[in-house]
Amino acid sequence: MSRGDERSRAAYPLILPTWVVLGVFFLLPLGVLLVISFGQRGTYGGLRPIGDLGAYLLSGKFLSQYARSLHPIYLQIFWRSLWMAVVTTGVCLLVSYPVAYYIALIAAARRRNLLLGLVVIPFWTSFLIRTYAWMFILRTEGLANRLLMAAGLTSHPLELLYNDFSVLIGLVYGELPFMILPLYASLEKLDRTLLEASADLGASARETFRRVTVPLTAPGIAAGIVLVFVPSLGQFIVSDLLGGAKTILAGNLVQNQFAVARNKPFGSAIAFEVTAAVLLLLLGYAVWTRRRGEDVLL
Amino acid sequence: MTASSVSIRAVTKRFGDVAAVDGVSLEIRRGEFFSLLGPSGCGKTTLLRMIGGFELPTEGSIAIEGADMTRTPPYERPVNMVFQQYALFPHLNVTENVAFGLRYRPLDRAARERRVAEVLALVQLDGLEARRPDQLSGGQRQRVALARALALEPRVLLLDEPLGALDQKLRKEVQVQLKHLQRELGITFVFVTHDQEEALTMSDRIAVMNRGRVEQSGDAARVFERPATAFVANFMGASNFFAATAAGASGGEAELALAAGGRLRVPLDGAPAPAPGAAVRFIVRPEKLDLRRRDLSERGVPSVPVSVEDRVYQGVATLWTVKDAAGARFTVYEQNERPFEESSRWQLGARLFLCFHARDADLLGGEPAP
Repeated sequence: MSRGDERSRAAYPLILPTWVVLGVFFLLPLGVLLVISFGQRGTYGGLRPIGDLGAYLLSGKFLSQYARSLHPIYLQIFWRSLWMAVVTTGVCLLVSYPVAYYIALIAAARRRNLLLGLVVIPFWTSFLIRTYAWMFILRTEGLANRLLMAAGLTSHPLELLYNDFSVLIGLVYGELPFMILPLYASLEKLDRTLLEASADLGASARETFRRVTVPLTAPGIAAGIVLVFVPSLGQFIVSDLLGGAKTILAGNLVQNQFAVARNKPFGSAIAFEVTAAVLLLLLGYAVWTRRRGEDVLL
Repeated sequence: MTASSVSIRAVTKRFGDVAAVDGVSLEIRRGEFFSLLGPSGCGKTTLLRMIGGFELPTEGSIAIEGADMTRTPPYERPVNMVFQQYALFPHLNVTENVAFGLRYRPLDRAARERRVAEVLALVQLDGLEARRPDQLSGGQRQRVALARALALEPRVLLLDEPLGALDQKLRKEVQVQLKHLQRELGITFVFVTHDQEEALTMSDRIAVMNRGRVEQSGDAARVFERPATAFVANFMGASNFFAATAAGASGGEAELALAAGGRLRVPLDGAPAPAPGAAVRFIVRPEKLDLRRRDLSERGVPSVPVSVEDRVYQGVATLWTVKDAAGARFTVYEQNERPFEESSRWQLGARLFLCFHARDADLLGGEPAP
């Protein structure tokens, strides 16, 4: 047994509050969700009482909600959600890296806090309001169309709202800071003389980026991916407001089952599936980080 | 082909209003061990970084091996650098660090591997190939940095205080190894240090820098023995300043009248003769001064009356601090070659004469020492 294990055992009482919070506000609800997902919808939206529990379990009926979720209609929605989350994460990474790089390595040190502040400032306004703002920007007679027409780029307004494009914009916009901040944190730690050493050894700027900057900021990239991918997968506000009726994501499906269709067991099953997918991703991230011998950031 | 490896011509580097390097011109010869020596902030590192291509000169030009490289990016220069904190890639092991730059050379995999093995053997690091930098000692890291730079067979190797992070004993060893390596490989080394002893131990030639300018450059021994300015004299540990008045010059020597009385002729050493009547200063190195009981000026040996102020016993030598009538202090370095009982033969406060040979006096130019 290593000394590290002994030390972490001594720290158990200290992390007790964390476990209590996690248990009451995460594990317990998750358990409730799982139990409900094994049930059946009652006539008026509640849960139908189960007579003989043994027979119910043996008949396999408790898995019927999960079976239903495998219907092509729902698989298509899952697939679409996954795809949107992947694209959102990818676009966020592509946009954020240059921004974080500029703030951490190029901008004058005294302006760094100001620039970081600008990244964080949108949080001062409710996410819902900011998403509504996008509706005003993207709608037919909105700001974007007026600018495009004023610039002579288009003669008639474009359909910018209520499609995958507008949902993607909303998702990327909302998640951007969660990508920029971890990237900034790892770029800021990057030793600049390593970049000089790379150039000294013959590597062009592009090669230095590929062989030094990216590998050394991999922890920040991974953290950013997790931080953006996870909420993107469960989003329902953005797709609801900016996607109209056409773009339904897994999050909308869950929301619908609880709020509209009043089918709690089915909604719970879907919610549990999404949560399980996220937990698997987090597990993979934790294993990867530990294998690199670094601290798990999340 | 010129014999010049690095030509620095009238180079100035300004950061805002501050000139870190101010109008420096130097010719560094092919295959020599050249040191840039000076206190921190004197511009030596900035100058080295301009040779490496990490800073661009505000004015002036830099040529390497005869080709102008003033604005050439670092990755296209035939020079490599050993960084102060080594700048090893933490995510790569020893082999990968050393092989980093070989990828940009027209070598196949086998040739690359051979080259890595060669340089690792050269710096005696074989057996540590798979280690990461954080699993190495300071001395080993320093050698990885050296191997990584040498793997590319640079025409000029730049070293930015590479021994600063090592302890005293290891430092001495590495100094000797580096010098041997340089002689063996025949590569031009440009070495930045603030340690005059280190510079003297390794260098063929030295440039002493102060406030962005070169105060003096030349053969290591010459800079040590014949400092041109008060700053260099101080930096070389020879702050024995004698005040005198110029009385004329002839035959490459200046005739001086000592403030303390007596006349002497000191070598001009190519410097312009001071105008008769001008106040001048010269220095004599501590190890070339002698304390005597009697005045030797009748025998033509300059003698200045002094009193003993302090004594520091150093084992191999004793350092005496003496003071003349005008209050000027001098340090006398006396090798302890006499019997043990005599190492403290002068009492504090004893009245003695400070004697030296006129040929050891070194006339100073430039601004007065602070």
